[in-house]
Amino acid sequence: MFDLERWQEIFDTIRKNKLRTFLTGLSVASGIFILVILLGFGQGMRNGIEHEFKEDASTSIWVWPGVTSKEYKGLNPGRRIQLVNENYNNADAMFKSDIEYGSSRIFVRGITVNYGKEALIYGVQGVAADFQFIENASMLEGRFINYQDEISAGKVAIIGNKIKKDVFHEVDTPIGEFIDISGIPFKVIGVFKEMEEREEERIYIPITTAQKAFNGGNRVNNMSFTLPPVDNFDQAVAQAINFKNGLKEYLQQVHTIDPEDSSALEVWSAMEEAKRYYGLTNNIKLFFWFVGICTIIAGVVGVSNIMMIVVKERTREIGIRKALGAKPWSIIGMILHEAIFVTAISGFGGLIFSMALLELVGPNIEVDYVLNPSVNFNVAFSTVLVLIVAGTLAGFVPAYRAAKVKVIESLRDE
Amino acid sequence: MIEIKDLHKSYKMGSNSLHVLKGINFNIEDGELVAIMGSSGSGKSTLLNILGMLDGADSGEYTLDGVPIKNLSETKAALYRNKFLGFVFQSFNLINYKSALENVALPLYYQKVPRKERQEKAMQYLDKVGLKPWAHHLPSELSGGQKQRVAIARAMAAEPKVLLADEPTGALDSKTSYEVMALIQKINDEGNTILVVTHEEDIAHMCKRIVHLKDGVIVEDKKIEQVRAEQYV
Repeated sequence: MFDLERWQEIFDTIRKNKLRTFLTGLSVASGIFILVILLGFGQGMRNGIEHEFKEDASTSIWVWPGVTSKEYKGLNPGRRIQLVNENYNNADAMFKSDIEYGSSRIFVRGITVNYGKEALIYGVQGVAADFQFIENASMLEGRFINYQDEISAGKVAIIGNKIKKDVFHEVDTPIGEFIDISGIPFKVIGVFKEMEEREEERIYIPITTAQKAFNGGNRVNNMSFTLPPVDNFDQAVAQAINFKNGLKEYLQQVHTIDPEDSSALEVWSAMEEAKRYYGLTNNIKLFFWFVGICTIIAGVVGVSNIMMIVVKERTREIGIRKALGAKPWSIIGMILHEAIFVTAISGFGGLIFSMALLELVGPNIEVDYVLNPSVNFNVAFSTVLVLIVAGTLAGFVPAYRAAKVKVIESLRDE
Repeated sequence: MIEIKDLHKSYKMGSNSLHVLKGINFNIEDGELVAIMGSSGSGKSTLLNILGMLDGADSGEYTLDGVPIKNLSETKAALYRNKFLGFVFQSFNLINYKSALENVALPLYYQKVPRKERQEKAMQYLDKVGLKPWAHHLPSELSGGQKQRVAIARAMAAEPKVLLADEPTGALDSKTSYEVMALIQKINDEGNTILVVTHEEDIAHMCKRIVHLKDGVIVEDKKIEQVRAEQYV
């Protein structure tokens, strides 16, 4: 490998057989190129789907009550399940160690909202301080509801960015302005931003205020939690399912719901949903790998095909070299050395070109569900190595056969 | 230099076996210029291939410069070929993408002579055959006679003990043939042992000894008065 003389001999041969070398190189380079691009897009789709799920905290779990559909312990189907504060507090206490954030929520109904003389038709929701983290809402101005607001049932409101743009365009900042909810003035103390505009059309007030001021009693419309993030995805899913089941069991017991009744209580976990998409992207990834590997195989076949032709074409030359005293292994070595060199150079060429393309173009791709396609360098690198090894093996057989041919026979070859 | 005792060789053609060499005995001394003659099918090329270790004999003894040549592995045969033998072929057998100089330097590459030394030496030998100005030409840019002279330079570059020429003038017109023979005689004059396979009477008479082969046996082996080729050039 480090024999300078051999290198010079190889370079001579390559220099004088440019077309042959170029074609071999092209088939290798394009194989690698296609594989890297495919893998890149596989990763891009994964990234894209991950991105779509960033709307809410990825570990969030939501509880939505419904109507029972099964008779259970003497209770009729068709019962509406109503969550109450106590449910939330108990759940919070029971799963204290598992939960990162939690909030119950109330949709305030039968109210009118006004700003000055303008009537607003935005939904008002009573939530807890931690709800900000569950929704993944980022604060543009001011602050979110805090614990003090909750305890004191403060008359404060947080509005979405869209409301600010639509309603408060005449003032510098909506902070400090008052909106009127069914005759009660609420002071705007923050503006939040969401991934989707639809979710910015909300007004949040402390849940305690919502219950006290608008006849909510101790009723709660839904509950949501987030779990602490875990690095390992599978572990995160397992954790989410575990928590979900525990929570469901508790709520089913309290509200006397048949465990088989699916319509009475829905507990939805973002993690599980994500897992389904992950499964999908895994399949896509698998498919891309499959196509990629087929491409590589085609590349290897191409290389060995070319090697075979090369050896055939050089039979006479090989005979001459042997007559001049070339040992069989030096013939094999020469052919393989050339093959490896060409495969390696063009393989890495294809690798560098495709990775550069992904680096340059990738971040600019703006298609739904495809985000920043990129490829793991190690994976791509080892693919090139595999191709080189495969190319070598593919070249070995014809090279070995050529070296074994009797000199007189190869010299007779015209 | 070369001792051959009771050499047999047959080729299998399907179920038939063709007995080509049927017990060849002869010796070649150092510095001889021997012509092996015979019509086609007489076994002269087969004999040369065996002498050149390009093919193995079925039975018999072959000693080259005191070394018994028998049951050689490919690697060993390659080593001996490189060390002991130089080849000149009817169809020249130059590597067509290498220049004359590179062709001549090739056996030295297999002797692991460093590149620079190799090229100097190759140039020397090209000069010897009068082709120094053509050193960087490809074989396709040379005439037949020139190609054969490059081939002779290549065979000599490795400084072999024996030069084996298989119909060296077979593809050349008579004038160039004599030029090539003049060169071969010159090399012989310097003390090199040379074996020429030919079917041309005039070429054979430019050697010092003629061995006649017929149907796989030596029918005649005589020393002759050498005809110098220069006079025809």
